[in-house]
Amino acid sequence: MYASCLPVSKRGAVGRNVLRKEGHEKVTGLARYIDDIRFDDVLYVRTIRSTVPAGEIASIHCNLDRTGYTIVDHRDIPGRNVVALIDDDQPCLAATRVRHVAEPILLLAHSDRTRLAAAEVAIAYNETTPNFDPERSDISFKSIAIDKGQLDRGMAEADVIVEGEYRAGHQEQLYIEPNGVVAVPEHGGVTLYGSLQCPYYVHRALTVLLGLVPEKVRVVQTETGGGFGGKEEYPSVIAGHAALVAMKSGRPAKLIYDRVEDMLATTKRHPAIVRHRTGVKKDGRITAMDIDVVLDGGAYATLSAVVLSRGMIHASGPYRCDHIRARGRATMTNTPPNGAFRGFGAPQTQFAIEAHMDAIAERLGIDPLRLRERIALKPGDTTATGQKVGKDCSALQVLREAARRTGFSKKRKMLEGSNRGIGLSLFFHGSGFTGGGEVKLASKASLALTERGVQIRVASTEIGQGTRTMHAQIVADTLGIPYDQVEVSVADTATVPDSGPTVASRTCMIVGRLLQRCAEDMRARLGRLTPAAYWKKHGGFVVTKQYEKPPGLEWDDDSYRGDAYGSYGWACDVVEVEVDPITYQATPVAFTTVHEIGRAIHPMLAAGQIEGGSSQGLGYALLEEVVMRGGKMANAQLTNYIIPTTLDTPPMTIEILENPYKHGPFGAKGVGEMPIDGPAPAVVNALRHAGVVVSEIPATPERIMRAATRKFPLKPGTPS
Amino acid sequence: VKLKINRRTVTVKAHPLTRLLDVLREDCGLTGTKEGCGEGECGACTVLVEGEAVNSCLVPVAQVRGMRITTIEGLGGRHPLQRAFVEHGGAQCGICTPGMIMAAAALGPKPSREAIRNGLAGNLCRCTGYAAIYRSVERASRR
Repeated sequence: MYASCLPVSKRGAVGRNVLRKEGHEKVTGLARYIDDIRFDDVLYVRTIRSTVPAGEIASIHCNLDRTGYTIVDHRDIPGRNVVALIDDDQPCLAATRVRHVAEPILLLAHSDRTRLAAAEVAIAYNETTPNFDPERSDISFKSIAIDKGQLDRGMAEADVIVEGEYRAGHQEQLYIEPNGVVAVPEHGGVTLYGSLQCPYYVHRALTVLLGLVPEKVRVVQTETGGGFGGKEEYPSVIAGHAALVAMKSGRPAKLIYDRVEDMLATTKRHPAIVRHRTGVKKDGRITAMDIDVVLDGGAYATLSAVVLSRGMIHASGPYRCDHIRARGRATMTNTPPNGAFRGFGAPQTQFAIEAHMDAIAERLGIDPLRLRERIALKPGDTTATGQKVGKDCSALQVLREAARRTGFSKKRKMLEGSNRGIGLSLFFHGSGFTGGGEVKLASKASLALTERGVQIRVASTEIGQGTRTMHAQIVADTLGIPYDQVEVSVADTATVPDSGPTVASRTCMIVGRLLQRCAEDMRARLGRLTPAAYWKKHGGFVVTKQYEKPPGLEWDDDSYRGDAYGSYGWACDVVEVEVDPITYQATPVAFTTVHEIGRAIHPMLAAGQIEGGSSQGLGYALLEEVVMRGGKMANAQLTNYIIPTTLDTPPMTIEILENPYKHGPFGAKGVGEMPIDGPAPAVVNALRHAGVVVSEIPATPERIMRAATRKFPLKPGTPS
Repeated sequence: VKLKINRRTVTVKAHPLTRLLDVLREDCGLTGTKEGCGEGECGACTVLVEGEAVNSCLVPVAQVRGMRITTIEGLGGRHPLQRAFVEHGGAQCGICTPGMIMAAAALGPKPSREAIRNGLAGNLCRCTGYAAIYRSVERASRR
């Protein structure tokens, strides 16, 4: 269970577990996801994809009776043939060459799904040599350098230098509802309905692709069955495809992936190779950190530059060190593009630093808990980018609380020599966009006084995390009205302002704060009247607020110095792992985490984020392996890409601490991503404690068997 | 084919090998039952056939001719499981929820934590880490 350390107010909504806004619809089957909505006269769309990882398209031959078909290729694109995002390097439909397997080339559409599925298209290629090794790639999407102090000086001060190399594989988001959209041609433009996180990303991509003015494109989010980053930028691709068919045929076009296509074609977490060379004093103090990060970007840039950025800023962990040199690059390979996934680069680099910390502890003969206590960031210390962390830094608190709750040191001694190990990880996660990102985004949120009451208008999407509920709580308490009187508008670009994407642990801290400011203004304007009384007397009005940088927050993108994030959440995971002496399968048997998140607006939803994110993190650590063969995912189905089931998920103890951030609504920081940063290193550290040094995740039985240096006792829990 | 869906007798015209899932969603308009994988791994399409939880994506409609089928819509809206899933955070994104609730409904009265864990092992949830689902099922069984 979860516990909260601040007293819960008896009257307001904030801090209470109010009912989820769309809860009833979700438990009764009434919630309408994209595939649940009927469109008349609809065409079904099928995407014809490349079967080779690199090459020129030599010829395309459609072996079909063309009656009733709409066929779309790159020549049908009225605007620019790009998926507009950052670099605009990815074509919506490949024209002359392909850079990865499953790259979209042609779209077929028909009203009869059986005929559509039976149609044959033969594509011939002049293949070129693909590259699957991110370290040998000639193309770098982005390089980042972080320098603090003087590395040489720090290394010279060290008693010991510890080196390590850590590798993490792909991870599939595996939302249970696959990607899907329906495009409807309307008023000389298009309306796009779909399962997506960021309506305005899709909106912009469609205006560029279709060459339309913004008013001719409307994007409406339908109820979304999970996202985890997998519906951040990818929907712009599938939306573009459906929109092209709709514009050409003049009919609604429905494009919903099945599971296999979704896994083969859509983005995943970037695989990473991280190398550490760390100078340490005998007592554990770190004198220098030399870090090298390579991310496999896949075939196109997507969001790799920003994923790398977050990864680099978190690469040195929540530790004090005066001399840091960190170098990172995201490179191109001939595999499907990688992209956003909860944590966004930080899970990879924090896996590396946290696994490395236990290697350092072992080398120095210090207990991993004591080592971290000695070097964890405290208020007043500076991060790798030179950001001075404030009073809202809770690294030591979460570490000590997790150790106390689990009896970590005692348990560690007790398990010595058995086939169980216990490990911990200490981590942090920046809330909101990195660096100057929030200033560039300049997000807006609106609050309307209508006949029906008060309505929230934001582009932030509900994807399971509780956006609608949590925003309504913030507004209700700021206005001093009951939670039930606040309604939340559908995320529809025709009616809501651009609140920025629903990503980066920003929906509560950044957009929630905008709504709080809207509500403060509305409260002042209402005077002593209730919203209903005001409406009767004066009619409705709308308050809109735009992001304003909190005073004192400075960032320089050229030197990568300054305040990388407005605030950070802090957390510590402790996991106990048992290794099967025969199969070498590692099973997590107990999991405890302490998360400091500023303020839990809705403790149950926050705990839900922590439990769910931790479970995904355990999957990342132990189970979820994307097998790539010849640039193609070989296990693109749920039968052999394994995510945690009930039986793979250990009992979890969740504790929430609250150390408010002064610019967050009611003190709240972000919470969505942080939970996934910690489980993988905690698991690997538990394995190290059990005598298996694994430096690559997932820690599959094969990897554990190769790394095991001793036999495990056959009877669980007993020393060998 | 004649079916008894949610206590009503329904006749649908469908190829005998049509998946029960498609008959429910497309012929009967019961879209509460979801498709997550189409291969019986995720359990999002779970419905009750004669009181037993089955993956409707794996069942040809001919196989359930004349049988009693219950979908999420058949629970009404005030079933203890439905209320508990809202009150205790068992539903996040909601896409696995109908299947999860139907699988829980097949567990019988007052299941132990271990029985819930085993009984729901065929239903994947990517949001909750299952803990809130256990709490929801336990609360519902106390009503």
